[in-house]
Amino acid sequence: MITLNHYLLLSALLFSIGTAGIFLRRNLITLLLSVEIMLNAVNLTFVALGRFNGSVEGQIITFFVMTVAAAEATVGLAIVIALFRHRETLSPDAFTSLKW
Amino acid sequence: MAPWLFYLFAVISVVSSLGVVGQRNPMYSVLLLIGSFISLAGLYVGLDSPFVAVTQIVVYTGAIMVLFLFVVMLLNAPREDVAPGPRLPIPGAIKAYGVALAVAMAAMLVWALSRLGAVPFVDDPQAAARVASVRDIGVMLFRDHAFAFEVTSILILVAMVGAVVLAKKTV
Repeated sequence: MITLNHYLLLSALLFSIGTAGIFLRRNLITLLLSVEIMLNAVNLTFVALGRFNGSVEGQIITFFVMTVAAAEATVGLAIVIALFRHRETLSPDAFTSLKW
Repeated sequence: MAPWLFYLFAVISVVSSLGVVGQRNPMYSVLLLIGSFISLAGLYVGLDSPFVAVTQIVVYTGAIMVLFLFVVMLLNAPREDVAPGPRLPIPGAIKAYGVALAVAMAAMLVWALSRLGAVPFVDDPQAAARVASVRDIGVMLFRDHAFAFEVTSILILVAMVGAVVLAKKTV
């Protein structure tokens, strides 16, 4: 039988994979994709807990998370395009002008 | 939800997420992430939440991932390249550190969640119907959360203007 724990464990696993992606990759686009994985892991938690409690609140907050994720992806990708115009690379190592 | 369906979708989402992280070509990463999101939509259907499942496919795979694909093709920089100039001193050690941190976090979360004990879902069909009702979601969204909904529209407007300004050739 599938219990709430199964969903929570799957969500924890996905979140950790997203975190590993943030540390491992040297590509701005893949970093943004890792953030999307983490947001989706949290969405799964919300929906599973909402189903467990028999309330639609979990689905509503998922709706808001999706909206914020869309806004974040839009602005993030616009910044990536602007950065790529400056340096012709997507590696975060190239953008260290603000490093003291 | 049938257990084998849960395990099927769970394995697909985990494996394709691992592929996203392990892949050097961002194009394949984006395509694998689409697979992961679709299997998550399957999980939402199993959780009696068809509204979220459809939104997941329409908004995430239909809009956000296509936006990512557009940018990957536009920039035409398929490979993860070595940046000119100063490099981080020992990338191998830093990678090992990152993996260790992620594994530690996964172990901690699994330990914390397994202390909960097995909590089965409520088998009340009335509760399942209440969760699945799109009408209830709409009523809740536009009555109890109307303010947050309106703020969301302002957020999207600001993001749209910001994206146009940021991506313009001459700022």
